[in-house]
Amino acid sequence: MERLPSWIRQHLAALRALLALTLLTGALYPLVITGIAQGLFNGHANGSIVQKDGKDAGSALVGQLFTDANGQPVRKYFQSRPSAAGAGYDPMSTGASNLGPEDIVDTLPVSGAKDDKGNPDTGRQSLLTRVCARSKAVGALEGVSGARPYCTPDGVGAVLKVFPAVGTPTRAVSVNQACPAAPFVAVYQGVKVECGKPGEDYAAGRTVAVRGTGTAVVPADAVTASGSGLDPDISVAYADLQAGRVARERGLAADQVRALIERNTTGRGLGFMGEPAVNVLQLNLALDRLRR
Amino acid sequence: MSSTGAGILFIGSLIVALAVTHRPLGDYMYRVYTGTRHLAVERVLYRLVGVHPEAEQRWSAYARAVLAFSAVSVLFLYAFQRLQDKLFLSLGFPAVPDHVAWNTAVSFVTNTNWQAYSGESTMGHLVQMAGLAVQNFMSAAVGMSVAVALVRGFARRNTEDLGNFWVDLIRGTVRILLPIAFVGAIVLVAGGLIQNFAEPHTVTTLTGGQQAITGGPVASQEIIKELGNNGGGFYNANSSHPFENATNWTNWIEVFAILMLPFALPRTFGRMVGDRRQGYAIAAIMGILALTSIVVLTGLEIAHHGTVPQAVGAAMEGKEVRFGVPNSGTFGAATTLTSTGAVNSFHDSYTALGGMITMVNMMLGEVAPGGVGAGLYGMLVLAVITVFVAGLMVGRTPEYLGKKIGSREIKLASLYFLTTPVLVLIGTALAMGSPTERASMLNTGPHGLSEVLYAFTSASNNNGSAFAGLTVNTPWYDTVLGLCMAFGRFLPIVFVLGLAGSLARQAPVPASAGTLPTHRPQFVGMVVGVTVILVALTFLPALALGPLAEGIR
Repeated sequence: MERLPSWIRQHLAALRALLALTLLTGALYPLVITGIAQGLFNGHANGSIVQKDGKDAGSALVGQLFTDANGQPVRKYFQSRPSAAGAGYDPMSTGASNLGPEDIVDTLPVSGAKDDKGNPDTGRQSLLTRVCARSKAVGALEGVSGARPYCTPDGVGAVLKVFPAVGTPTRAVSVNQACPAAPFVAVYQGVKVECGKPGEDYAAGRTVAVRGTGTAVVPADAVTASGSGLDPDISVAYADLQAGRVARERGLAADQVRALIERNTTGRGLGFMGEPAVNVLQLNLALDRLRR
Repeated sequence: MSSTGAGILFIGSLIVALAVTHRPLGDYMYRVYTGTRHLAVERVLYRLVGVHPEAEQRWSAYARAVLAFSAVSVLFLYAFQRLQDKLFLSLGFPAVPDHVAWNTAVSFVTNTNWQAYSGESTMGHLVQMAGLAVQNFMSAAVGMSVAVALVRGFARRNTEDLGNFWVDLIRGTVRILLPIAFVGAIVLVAGGLIQNFAEPHTVTTLTGGQQAITGGPVASQEIIKELGNNGGGFYNANSSHPFENATNWTNWIEVFAILMLPFALPRTFGRMVGDRRQGYAIAAIMGILALTSIVVLTGLEIAHHGTVPQAVGAAMEGKEVRFGVPNSGTFGAATTLTSTGAVNSFHDSYTALGGMITMVNMMLGEVAPGGVGAGLYGMLVLAVITVFVAGLMVGRTPEYLGKKIGSREIKLASLYFLTTPVLVLIGTALAMGSPTERASMLNTGPHGLSEVLYAFTSASNNNGSAFAGLTVNTPWYDTVLGLCMAFGRFLPIVFVLGLAGSLARQAPVPASAGTLPTHRPQFVGMVVGVTVILVALTFLPALALGPLAEGIR
């Protein structure tokens, strides 16, 4: 041992330190914590599992999709927020959309075109168009206006590409509205607005987002994906918006549904932490229990 | 109460809590690093490692020990990941691919915790618990050790001795990190975090779909991830995942855990150099920069400028309902002001200028308050540069805490400061110069550049958060970002320890009428100014092409 060069001895000491500390912080510590957690907070430690008819139906902390096999909302259930986790609320693929605040120009699908793998070209929806489309869909489901600023009536981003990029416009294209759609404005600064031709490159134009006069009824959380993709909650405003539909579908009095919303709302922690939030799974479970 | 009012209270309550813990925790850490007594468990550890706890090391020996420990840690963690399929609790996952394993090993050992992988689909419970989470403790303890060695350089005189790395490492782990993590983990489980060893458990949802409920020893890893300023999430969604951050108040605990140690260390510094006012001055510099950043970032997210946030009516993309916009912004600022890099909301979807603030926070060198230990030594280097600048103005040899800042000291301080900008700017330029690497961008235009700039800023400054749209699990990004993390961590550590060695050798010069007092508001203002100006001069061109181009119109 003593005859080893000092740099080797140093690394052996480092290895012994690492192994000893791994035992302490990587085995003993988590195991003791697990023991205490399982003993004191068994439900929490195992994922806050909730049951329906005696079978595990999910976690109170993890949001779910309340859609049918075709992806359509099941009308008797409160709907969760949009999700970017896998195909939606997939705990094996958590995460956000990661799309930026100025992601507003779509790539329109070219009909007949195929990608590298031979799948039909689906184009790419910008974040703005996703927001507009969700707003329109939620508005239709709840029977309210789905209009929003920067959105066209047909539910895409109200964005023009204006040519030339600098100077007096000679051409304007509503790039997110595929032909033969009628552009959301007929004329921009004296120039007739064209619809967007799939496959045409409009990158050289100046991007002009048009705010329009629409004001949003559909709440912000209903049109945005969460960070985790598993957000278990919706805002009180979004729950209230859905209350009428759920009450009608289930033949309940509106007050009864409102009372359940209130019971499944968590207020701000100590009055100032976070935002009031309605747990969608718990609320829907409460509704299902009510029926029997 | 309005959302903004609640957000202000959230920030205010954190300030109060940090002010309350600053003194007792800082004093406690002072006793940990200066005490002569050894705990029984520590004696056992010293015997296992084979070191004499009383033996002191000169700076070069201290640095060699840090590097040896880190090198062994990287190799061990790499091998652990490559062999995970042969070990138990692997959840059936295959061995981690070589470039991802290299990147992740370097990432966790350097306190970066950049994640080129998704936890839930890559790492088994054993690797997470006994591999990754161990480095959460170790890299934080190493950071504190190096900081303490630098402070000893200021506090000691006429000596080569800077303490013993193994003693500092083990004491930091056993007496500081473990006890706080222990209590914190239990509190987090009480809030709803999970702590088990289960495999994913498939349930049938209310509408008849299938959903896999994941398991894992999450709470024990979550708390040290925040406390040690690591940031590597158990899951891909990191601290936005309900199992990592279950409620609006676990969110508060996690932000507090991020800031607690870095804001207490200036007190430890003040005690060690025998002048508490010096510690208050350093804490004030950190506080001014941090509070400004937190308020500006939270304010920008609340104001939600930009086309999509305006269309939505709030900057809610990538944010959770239970946290809301203000507390998400505050978390985002805290995680980038320190070397944490955990996220409870996704920075790629922040408003353009809000996203820029997270980048600027890291570009400050993560000194306000910075990583555990790394923030303190970074700030002390900036203080050295400030007295040098002040000395140039009046034509005097600069001194700090009675130690002359001569040519060797200022060279080491300058090299320290130059390391990360070189890595960030050259790395970004290389990536943007190659069509293959550019293709990794999810967003286009200025926001795409922001994604790449963010990646290199985060890796080189050992933060670990991301504009996560960028596809980084490619061999090129894994390798290059791994190198940025390694150089960004260990070059500065060697410079800092070299600086500590040359400071410890000096006899202090008595203060005279010409000495710049370094405990007054004047000095506080100067360091803040120097920090901001240095960062602005270095990074403004790159920021102008990215987030500024996107956010100002």
